Amino acid sequence: MAEDLNVEVVAADRKVWSGEASIVIARTPEGEIGIMPGHEPVLGLLVAGPVTVRSTGGEAVVVAVSGGFLSVSQNHIAILAEQAELADEIDVAAAEAELAELGDDGDGTRRWAQARLDVAASR
Amino acid sequence: MGAQLRELRQRIRSVDSIKKITRAQELIATSRIARAQQFAEAARPYSQALVRAMEAAAERARLDNPLLEGVEEPRRSAILVVTSDGGFAGAYSANVIRQSEALAGLLRDQGQEVVPYVVGKKGVTWFTFRGRELGGQYVGFTGKPAYADARKIADDLLEAINTPTEEGGVDEIHIVSTHFRNMVTQEVRARRLFPIMVEDVPEEIHHAEAGAVRSDDGGSSGPGGSAGSANGRPSRTDVLPLYEFEPSADEVLDALLPQYAGNLVYTALLDAAASEWAARRRAMKNATDNAGELQESLTRESNSARQAEITQEISEIVGGADALAAAGSE
Repeated sequence: MAEDLNVEVVAADRKVWSGEASIVIARTPEGEIGIMPGHEPVLGLLVAGPVTVRSTGGEAVVVAVSGGFLSVSQNHIAILAEQAELADEIDVAAAEAELAELGDDGDGTRRWAQARLDVAASR
Repeated sequence: MGAQLRELRQRIRSVDSIKKITRAQELIATSRIARAQQFAEAARPYSQALVRAMEAAAERARLDNPLLEGVEEPRRSAILVVTSDGGFAGAYSANVIRQSEALAGLLRDQGQEVVPYVVGKKGVTWFTFRGRELGGQYVGFTGKPAYADARKIADDLLEAINTPTEEGGVDEIHIVSTHFRNMVTQEVRARRLFPIMVEDVPEEIHHAEAGAVRSDDGGSSGPGGSAGSANGRPSRTDVLPLYEFEPSADEVLDALLPQYAGNLVYTALLDAAASEWAARRRAMKNATDNAGELQESLTRESNSARQAEITQEISEIVGGADALAAAGSE
Protein backbone atom coordinates (compact mmCIF):
# COMPACT_ATOMS: atom_id res chain seq x y z
CA MET A 1 0.00 0.00 0.00
CA ALA A 2 1.49 3.18 -1.16
CA GLU A 3 -0.18 6.10 0.45
CA ASP A 4 -2.90 6.71 2.95
CA LEU A 5 -6.36 7.84 2.12
CA ASN A 6 -7.21 11.42 2.80
CA VAL A 7 -10.77 11.32 4.11
CA GLU A 8 -13.29 14.06 4.68
CA VAL A 9 -16.74 13.49 6.10
CA VAL A 10 -18.85 16.55 5.46
CA ALA A 11 -22.41 17.30 6.50
CA ALA A 12 -24.44 20.08 4.95
CA ASP A 13 -23.65 22.51 7.72
CA ARG A 14 -20.25 21.44 9.01
CA LYS A 15 -17.21 19.24 8.53
CA VAL A 16 -17.73 16.18 10.69
CA TRP A 17 -14.40 14.43 10.46
CA SER A 18 -11.27 14.58 8.40
CA GLY A 19 -7.97 12.80 8.54
CA GLU A 20 -5.83 10.00 7.17
CA ALA A 21 -7.24 6.51 6.86
CA SER A 22 -6.30 3.10 5.55
CA ILE A 23 -9.78 1.91 4.55
CA VAL A 24 -13.28 3.33 4.29
CA ILE A 25 -16.38 1.16 4.28
CA ALA A 26 -19.71 2.64 3.23
CA ARG A 27 -23.11 1.46 2.10
CA THR A 28 -24.35 2.09 -1.41
CA PRO A 29 -27.77 1.11 -2.77
CA GLU A 30 -26.11 -1.99 -4.26
CA GLY A 31 -24.26 -3.13 -1.19
CA GLU A 32 -21.25 -2.28 0.86
CA ILE A 33 -18.23 -0.72 -0.74
CA GLY A 34 -14.77 -0.80 0.75
CA ILE A 35 -12.18 1.65 -0.47
CA MET A 36 -8.47 1.30 0.05
CA PRO A 37 -5.62 3.44 -1.23
CA GLY A 38 -5.19 3.32 -4.98
CA HIS A 39 -8.87 2.81 -5.70
CA GLU A 40 -10.13 4.03 -9.04
CA PRO A 41 -12.18 7.25 -9.05
CA VAL A 42 -15.74 6.58 -7.93
CA LEU A 43 -18.81 8.70 -7.45
CA GLY A 44 -21.32 6.62 -5.56
CA LEU A 45 -24.58 7.13 -3.78
CA LEU A 46 -24.89 6.24 -0.13
CA VAL A 47 -27.90 4.99 1.75
CA ALA A 48 -28.68 5.86 5.34
CA GLY A 49 -26.40 3.85 7.58
CA PRO A 50 -22.94 3.68 9.03
CA VAL A 51 -19.73 4.70 7.32
CA THR A 52 -16.65 3.18 8.91
CA VAL A 53 -13.32 4.88 8.52
CA ARG A 54 -10.28 3.03 9.82
CA SER A 55 -7.80 5.74 10.51
CA THR A 56 -4.06 5.29 10.10
CA GLY A 57 -3.76 5.09 13.87
CA GLY A 58 -5.80 1.89 13.76
CA GLU A 59 -8.90 3.19 15.48
CA ALA A 60 -12.27 2.91 13.75
CA VAL A 61 -14.31 6.03 13.32
CA VAL A 62 -17.98 5.28 12.74
CA VAL A 63 -20.20 7.94 11.32
CA ALA A 64 -23.95 7.70 10.80
CA VAL A 65 -25.07 9.34 7.57
CA SER A 66 -28.55 10.11 6.35
CA GLY A 67 -27.69 9.21 2.79
CA GLY A 68 -25.66 11.22 0.34
CA PHE A 69 -22.72 10.28 -1.78
CA LEU A 70 -19.05 9.59 -1.73
CA SER A 71 -16.43 10.60 -4.22
CA VAL A 72 -13.06 8.98 -4.55
CA SER A 73 -10.25 10.40 -6.60
CA GLN A 74 -6.50 10.11 -6.18
CA ASN A 75 -6.68 8.75 -2.66
CA HIS A 76 -8.95 11.57 -1.61
CA ILE A 77 -12.34 10.49 -0.32
CA ALA A 78 -15.14 12.94 0.32
CA ILE A 79 -18.24 11.64 2.02
CA LEU A 80 -21.08 14.10 1.69
CA ALA A 81 -24.30 13.66 3.57
CA GLU A 82 -27.03 16.11 4.36
CA GLN A 83 -26.82 14.91 7.93
CA ALA A 84 -23.92 13.10 9.51
CA GLU A 85 -23.02 12.39 13.11
CA LEU A 86 -20.06 10.70 14.70
CA ALA A 87 -20.99 7.64 16.72
CA ASP A 88 -20.00 9.40 19.95
CA GLU A 89 -22.15 12.40 19.16
CA ILE A 90 -25.38 10.52 18.64
CA ASP A 91 -28.13 11.33 21.07
CA VAL A 92 -29.79 7.93 21.44
CA ALA A 93 -32.77 9.24 23.40
CA ALA A 94 -33.47 11.89 20.75
CA ALA A 95 -33.22 9.36 17.92
CA GLU A 96 -35.52 6.95 19.73
CA ALA A 97 -38.04 9.69 20.42
CA GLU A 98 -37.92 10.71 16.78
CA LEU A 99 -38.46 7.14 15.67
CA ALA A 100 -41.38 6.63 18.05
CA GLU A 101 -42.97 9.89 16.98
CA LEU A 102 -42.69 9.13 13.28
CA GLY A 103 -44.44 5.78 13.53
CA ASP A 104 -44.56 4.12 10.14
CA ASP A 105 -44.43 7.14 7.85
CA GLY A 106 -41.66 9.58 7.01
CA ASP A 107 -39.29 7.08 5.46
CA GLY A 108 -36.30 9.41 5.00
CA THR A 109 -36.29 10.76 8.54
CA ARG A 110 -37.14 7.33 9.82
CA ARG A 111 -34.19 5.71 8.12
CA TRP A 112 -31.96 8.45 9.45
CA ALA A 113 -33.17 7.90 13.02
CA GLN A 114 -32.77 4.14 12.60
CA ALA A 115 -29.28 4.56 11.19
CA ARG A 116 -28.25 6.65 14.16
CA LEU A 117 -29.63 4.05 16.57
CA ASP A 118 -27.81 1.23 14.78
CA VAL A 119 -24.54 3.11 14.87
CA ALA A 120 -25.01 4.06 18.50
CA ALA A 121 -25.74 0.44 19.39
CA SER A 122 -22.49 -0.74 17.83
CA ARG A 123 -20.23 1.72 19.59
CA MET B 1 -42.67 77.14 33.34
CA GLY B 2 -42.06 74.51 35.99
CA ALA B 3 -44.29 72.12 34.10
CA GLN B 4 -42.25 72.55 30.90
CA LEU B 5 -39.02 71.78 32.70
CA ARG B 6 -40.46 68.64 34.25
CA GLU B 7 -41.74 67.49 30.88
CA LEU B 8 -38.34 67.99 29.29
CA ARG B 9 -36.63 66.02 32.02
CA GLN B 10 -39.12 63.21 31.51
CA ARG B 11 -38.39 63.12 27.79
CA ILE B 12 -34.66 63.08 28.41
CA ARG B 13 -35.09 60.06 30.66
CA SER B 14 -37.22 58.17 28.14
CA VAL B 15 -34.83 58.92 25.28
CA ASP B 16 -32.02 57.70 27.49
CA SER B 17 -33.69 54.35 28.08
CA ILE B 18 -34.51 53.99 24.39
CA LYS B 19 -30.88 54.64 23.65
CA LYS B 20 -29.85 51.88 26.03
CA ILE B 21 -32.17 49.44 24.29
CA THR B 22 -31.01 50.26 20.78
CA ARG B 23 -27.41 50.12 21.90
CA ALA B 24 -27.97 46.65 23.32
CA GLN B 25 -29.66 45.58 20.08
CA GLU B 26 -26.71 46.91 18.15
CA LEU B 27 -24.26 44.90 20.22
CA ILE B 28 -26.34 41.74 19.87
CA ALA B 29 -26.54 42.20 16.11
CA THR B 30 -22.79 42.69 15.89
CA SER B 31 -22.09 39.38 17.60
CA ARG B 32 -24.71 37.61 15.48
CA ILE B 33 -23.09 38.74 12.24
CA ALA B 34 -19.90 36.95 13.23
CA ARG B 35 -21.87 33.82 14.13
CA ALA B 36 -23.79 33.86 10.87
CA GLN B 37 -20.51 34.16 8.99
CA GLN B 38 -19.10 31.21 10.88
CA PHE B 39 -22.07 29.10 9.81
CA ALA B 40 -21.58 30.18 6.22
CA GLU B 41 -17.91 29.24 6.49
CA ALA B 42 -18.76 25.82 7.95
CA ALA B 43 -21.12 25.09 5.07
CA ARG B 44 -18.52 25.84 2.43
CA PRO B 45 -16.72 22.45 2.21
CA TYR B 46 -20.03 20.77 1.47
CA SER B 47 -20.93 23.26 -1.26
CA GLN B 48 -17.56 22.88 -2.91
CA ALA B 49 -17.55 19.10 -2.92
CA LEU B 50 -21.15 19.07 -4.12
CA VAL B 51 -20.49 21.40 -7.04
CA ARG B 52 -17.46 19.34 -8.04
CA ALA B 53 -19.44 16.11 -7.97
CA MET B 54 -22.27 17.73 -9.91
CA GLU B 55 -19.90 18.76 -12.64
CA ALA B 56 -18.44 15.29 -12.84
CA ALA B 57 -21.83 13.66 -13.01
CA ALA B 58 -23.30 16.21 -15.42
CA GLU B 59 -20.50 15.50 -17.87
CA ARG B 60 -21.53 11.89 -18.18
CA ALA B 61 -25.25 11.80 -17.53
CA ARG B 62 -28.08 12.59 -19.89
CA LEU B 63 -29.38 16.01 -19.02
CA ASP B 64 -33.12 15.69 -19.28
CA ASN B 65 -33.97 16.58 -15.71
CA PRO B 66 -36.42 19.50 -15.33
CA LEU B 67 -33.86 21.06 -13.01
CA LEU B 68 -31.31 21.19 -15.79
CA GLU B 69 -33.33 21.62 -18.94
CA GLY B 70 -35.82 24.44 -19.05
CA VAL B 71 -38.93 24.49 -21.18
CA GLU B 72 -39.06 26.63 -24.30
CA GLU B 73 -41.65 29.01 -22.97
CA PRO B 74 -41.96 28.99 -19.21
CA ARG B 75 -45.49 29.73 -18.10
CA ARG B 76 -45.19 29.83 -14.35
CA SER B 77 -42.32 30.74 -12.08
CA ALA B 78 -41.73 30.42 -8.40
CA ILE B 79 -39.92 33.23 -6.61
CA LEU B 80 -38.36 32.50 -3.27
CA VAL B 81 -38.33 35.76 -1.35
CA VAL B 82 -36.01 35.82 1.66
CA THR B 83 -37.04 38.47 4.19
CA SER B 84 -36.62 38.64 7.95
CA ASP B 85 -38.82 37.59 10.85
CA GLY B 86 -38.11 40.63 12.97
CA GLY B 87 -38.15 44.33 12.32
CA PHE B 88 -35.60 46.83 13.62
CA ALA B 89 -33.51 46.13 10.55
CA GLY B 90 -34.05 49.26 8.52
CA ALA B 91 -35.17 48.66 4.96
CA TYR B 92 -33.82 45.10 4.86
CA SER B 93 -37.12 43.36 4.16
CA ALA B 94 -38.55 46.26 2.15
CA ASN B 95 -35.60 46.16 -0.25
CA VAL B 96 -36.01 42.45 -0.86
CA ILE B 97 -39.73 42.79 -1.41
CA ARG B 98 -39.25 45.70 -3.81
CA GLN B 99 -36.76 43.70 -5.82
CA SER B 100 -39.00 40.64 -5.90
CA GLU B 101 -41.88 42.81 -7.14
CA ALA B 102 -39.66 44.13 -9.91
CA LEU B 103 -38.73 40.58 -10.88
CA ALA B 104 -42.36 39.49 -10.73
CA GLY B 105 -43.30 42.38 -13.01
CA LEU B 106 -40.61 41.39 -15.47
CA LEU B 107 -41.77 37.78 -15.51
CA ARG B 108 -45.39 38.82 -15.92
CA ASP B 109 -44.42 40.94 -18.92
CA GLN B 110 -43.02 37.76 -20.43
CA GLY B 111 -46.43 36.21 -19.94
CA GLN B 112 -45.63 34.14 -16.89
CA GLU B 113 -47.58 33.56 -13.76
CA VAL B 114 -45.67 34.15 -10.55
CA VAL B 115 -45.94 32.09 -7.39
CA PRO B 116 -44.22 33.61 -4.37
CA TYR B 117 -42.61 31.41 -1.74
CA VAL B 118 -41.84 33.62 1.20
CA VAL B 119 -39.31 33.25 4.01
CA GLY B 120 -39.65 35.53 7.05
CA LYS B 121 -42.60 36.94 8.92
CA LYS B 122 -42.20 40.42 7.43
CA GLY B 123 -42.53 39.16 3.90
CA VAL B 124 -45.40 36.82 4.73
CA THR B 125 -47.31 39.70 6.33
CA TRP B 126 -46.64 41.91 3.34
CA PHE B 127 -47.92 39.36 0.85
CA THR B 128 -50.92 38.16 2.81
CA PHE B 129 -52.00 41.74 3.58
CA ARG B 130 -52.24 42.31 -0.15
CA GLY B 131 -54.19 39.12 -0.60
CA ARG B 132 -51.50 37.41 -2.67
CA GLU B 133 -51.61 33.68 -2.83
CA LEU B 134 -48.42 32.14 -1.46
CA GLY B 135 -46.87 28.93 -2.70
CA GLY B 136 -45.32 28.46 0.70
CA GLN B 137 -44.41 30.41 3.78
CA TYR B 138 -41.59 29.74 6.20
CA VAL B 139 -41.12 31.68 9.40
CA GLY B 140 -39.24 31.46 12.66
CA PHE B 141 -35.63 30.89 11.64
CA THR B 142 -34.33 33.76 9.52
CA GLY B 143 -31.81 34.93 12.11
CA LYS B 144 -30.30 31.47 12.48
CA PRO B 145 -31.30 29.10 9.70
CA ALA B 146 -30.70 25.38 10.12
CA TYR B 147 -30.15 22.96 7.27
CA ALA B 148 -33.50 21.29 7.99
CA ASP B 149 -35.25 24.59 7.24
CA ALA B 150 -33.51 24.87 3.90
CA ARG B 151 -34.27 21.23 3.15
CA LYS B 152 -37.98 21.82 3.67
CA ILE B 153 -38.04 24.86 1.39
CA ALA B 154 -36.01 23.06 -1.26
CA ASP B 155 -38.34 20.04 -1.10
CA ASP B 156 -41.37 22.26 -1.67
CA LEU B 157 -39.69 24.03 -4.57
CA LEU B 158 -38.58 20.75 -6.14
CA GLU B 159 -42.05 19.35 -5.84
CA ALA B 160 -43.38 22.42 -7.63
CA ILE B 161 -40.88 22.18 -10.48
CA ASN B 162 -41.43 18.45 -10.88
CA THR B 163 -45.18 18.94 -11.17
CA PRO B 164 -46.45 19.59 -14.70
CA THR B 165 -47.40 23.22 -15.24
CA GLU B 166 -50.97 22.23 -16.08
CA GLU B 167 -51.39 20.79 -12.60
CA GLY B 168 -50.09 23.85 -10.82
CA GLY B 169 -46.38 23.20 -11.03
CA VAL B 170 -43.77 25.75 -12.04
CA ASP B 171 -41.22 25.87 -14.84
CA GLU B 172 -38.60 28.05 -13.23
CA ILE B 173 -37.42 28.89 -9.75
CA HIS B 174 -35.98 32.27 -8.91
CA ILE B 175 -34.63 33.51 -5.64
CA VAL B 176 -34.48 37.06 -4.33
CA SER B 177 -32.25 37.37 -1.29
CA THR B 178 -29.64 39.62 0.21
CA HIS B 179 -25.99 38.96 -0.35
CA PHE B 180 -23.58 39.81 2.44
CA ARG B 181 -20.72 41.55 0.75
CA ASN B 182 -19.14 43.01 3.88
CA MET B 183 -20.17 44.66 7.12
CA VAL B 184 -21.38 47.82 5.41
CA THR B 185 -22.51 46.60 2.02
CA GLN B 186 -25.26 44.12 1.45
CA GLU B 187 -26.98 43.88 -1.86
CA VAL B 188 -30.26 42.38 -2.92
CA ARG B 189 -29.81 39.80 -5.63
CA ALA B 190 -32.27 38.16 -7.94
CA ARG B 191 -31.06 34.91 -9.44
CA ARG B 192 -32.52 31.99 -11.29
CA LEU B 193 -31.86 28.79 -9.37
CA PHE B 194 -33.47 26.28 -11.68
CA PRO B 195 -33.24 25.23 -14.36
CA ILE B 196 -29.50 25.59 -14.00
CA MET B 197 -28.01 27.36 -16.95
CA VAL B 198 -25.14 25.27 -18.17
CA GLU B 199 -22.55 27.74 -19.30
CA ASP B 200 -18.99 27.32 -20.29
CA VAL B 201 -17.62 30.63 -19.16
CA PRO B 202 -14.06 31.07 -17.93
CA GLU B 203 -13.72 31.75 -14.24
CA GLU B 204 -12.67 35.43 -14.45
CA ILE B 205 -15.57 36.46 -16.63
CA HIS B 206 -17.90 34.57 -14.39
CA HIS B 207 -16.79 36.57 -11.42
CA ALA B 208 -17.05 39.86 -13.26
CA GLU B 209 -20.57 38.93 -14.26
CA ALA B 210 -21.56 37.90 -10.79
CA GLY B 211 -20.25 41.21 -9.50
CA ALA B 212 -22.43 43.03 -11.99
CA VAL B 213 -25.60 41.78 -10.33
CA ARG B 214 -26.66 45.01 -8.74
CA SER B 215 -29.69 45.67 -6.64
CA ASP B 216 -31.07 47.90 -9.39
CA ASP B 217 -30.65 45.20 -12.01
CA GLY B 218 -34.24 44.09 -11.62
CA GLY B 219 -33.88 41.05 -13.81
CA SER B 220 -32.73 37.53 -13.43
CA SER B 221 -31.48 37.18 -16.94
CA GLY B 222 -27.83 36.87 -17.81
CA PRO B 223 -25.87 35.99 -14.72
CA GLY B 224 -28.54 33.66 -13.36
CA GLY B 225 -26.41 30.70 -14.28
CA SER B 226 -23.66 31.77 -11.95
CA ALA B 227 -25.49 29.98 -9.17
CA GLY B 228 -23.10 27.10 -9.44
CA SER B 229 -19.95 29.11 -9.66
CA ALA B 230 -20.90 31.24 -6.68
CA ASN B 231 -20.37 28.21 -4.55
CA GLY B 232 -16.78 27.77 -5.46
CA ARG B 233 -16.33 26.11 -8.76
CA PRO B 234 -13.01 24.31 -9.01
CA SER B 235 -10.53 26.09 -11.18
CA ARG B 236 -10.31 25.24 -14.85
CA THR B 237 -6.93 23.66 -14.52
CA ASP B 238 -8.43 21.08 -12.19
CA VAL B 239 -9.16 18.25 -14.60
CA LEU B 240 -12.00 16.01 -13.49
CA PRO B 241 -10.98 12.40 -12.96
CA LEU B 242 -12.75 9.70 -14.91
CA TYR B 243 -15.21 8.63 -12.29
CA GLU B 244 -16.81 5.26 -12.08
CA PHE B 245 -20.42 5.86 -11.15
CA GLU B 246 -22.24 3.78 -8.63
CA PRO B 247 -24.94 2.79 -9.61
CA SER B 248 -24.93 5.00 -12.76
CA ALA B 249 -24.19 8.58 -13.77
CA ASP B 250 -27.87 9.31 -14.31
CA GLU B 251 -28.90 8.03 -10.93
CA VAL B 252 -26.07 9.82 -9.19
CA LEU B 253 -27.02 13.09 -10.86
CA ASP B 254 -30.69 12.59 -10.01
CA ALA B 255 -29.73 12.11 -6.36
CA LEU B 256 -27.30 15.00 -6.39
CA LEU B 257 -29.69 17.60 -7.76
CA PRO B 258 -32.03 17.68 -4.76
CA GLN B 259 -29.01 17.91 -2.46
CA TYR B 260 -27.67 20.71 -4.61
CA ALA B 261 -31.01 22.51 -4.37
CA GLY B 262 -31.01 22.16 -0.60
CA ASN B 263 -27.47 23.47 -0.49
CA LEU B 264 -28.31 26.47 -2.67
CA VAL B 265 -31.23 27.42 -0.48
CA TYR B 266 -29.17 26.86 2.66
CA THR B 267 -26.31 29.08 1.52
CA ALA B 268 -28.79 31.75 0.42
CA LEU B 269 -30.44 31.62 3.84
CA LEU B 270 -27.10 31.90 5.62
CA ASP B 271 -26.05 34.78 3.42
CA ALA B 272 -29.37 36.48 4.10
CA ALA B 273 -29.05 35.88 7.85
CA ALA B 274 -25.67 37.60 7.96
CA SER B 275 -27.08 40.46 5.90
CA GLU B 276 -30.10 40.72 8.15
CA TRP B 277 -27.94 41.11 11.23
CA ALA B 278 -25.72 43.62 9.48
CA ALA B 279 -28.76 45.64 8.42
CA ARG B 280 -30.09 45.46 11.95
CA ARG B 281 -26.79 46.55 13.40
CA ARG B 282 -26.71 49.56 11.12
CA ALA B 283 -30.32 50.49 11.86
CA MET B 284 -29.73 50.20 15.59
CA LYS B 285 -26.53 52.20 15.39
CA ASN B 286 -28.39 54.99 13.62
CA ALA B 287 -31.13 54.85 16.23
CA THR B 288 -28.57 55.07 19.03
CA ASP B 289 -26.85 58.02 17.37
CA ASN B 290 -30.15 59.78 16.83
CA ALA B 291 -31.15 59.20 20.44
CA GLY B 292 -27.85 60.74 21.52
CA GLU B 293 -28.47 63.82 19.39
CA LEU B 294 -32.02 64.15 20.62
CA GLN B 295 -30.83 63.83 24.18
CA GLU B 296 -28.33 66.60 23.65
CA SER B 297 -30.81 69.04 22.17
CA LEU B 298 -33.35 68.23 24.88
CA THR B 299 -30.75 68.88 27.54
CA ARG B 300 -30.00 72.28 25.99
CA GLU B 301 -33.70 73.06 25.95
CA SER B 302 -34.16 72.01 29.54
CA ASN B 303 -31.15 74.09 30.60
CA SER B 304 -32.56 77.21 29.00
CA ALA B 305 -35.97 76.46 30.52
CA ARG B 306 -34.34 76.16 33.92
CA GLN B 307 -32.45 79.40 33.40
CA ALA B 308 -35.62 81.14 32.27
CA GLU B 309 -37.32 79.93 35.42
CA ILE B 310 -34.52 81.28 37.62
CA THR B 311 -34.47 84.60 35.77
CA GLN B 312 -38.18 84.94 36.20
CA GLU B 313 -37.98 84.16 39.91
CA ILE B 314 -35.25 86.76 40.42
CA SER B 315 -37.14 89.41 38.52
CA GLU B 316 -40.21 88.59 40.57
CA ILE B 317 -38.25 88.97 43.81
CA VAL B 318 -36.59 92.17 42.66
CA GLY B 319 -39.94 93.48 41.49
CA GLY B 320 -41.53 92.55 44.81
CA ALA B 321 -38.72 94.17 46.81
CA ASP B 322 -38.97 97.32 44.71
CA ALA B 323 -42.71 97.47 45.29
CA LEU B 324 -42.22 96.99 49.07
CA ALA B 325 -39.50 99.66 49.17
CA ALA B 326 -41.71 102.03 47.20
CA ALA B 327 -44.63 101.31 49.59
CA GLY B 328 -42.38 101.91 52.69
CA SER B 329 -41.04 105.26 51.51
CA GLU B 330 -44.46 106.72 50.95
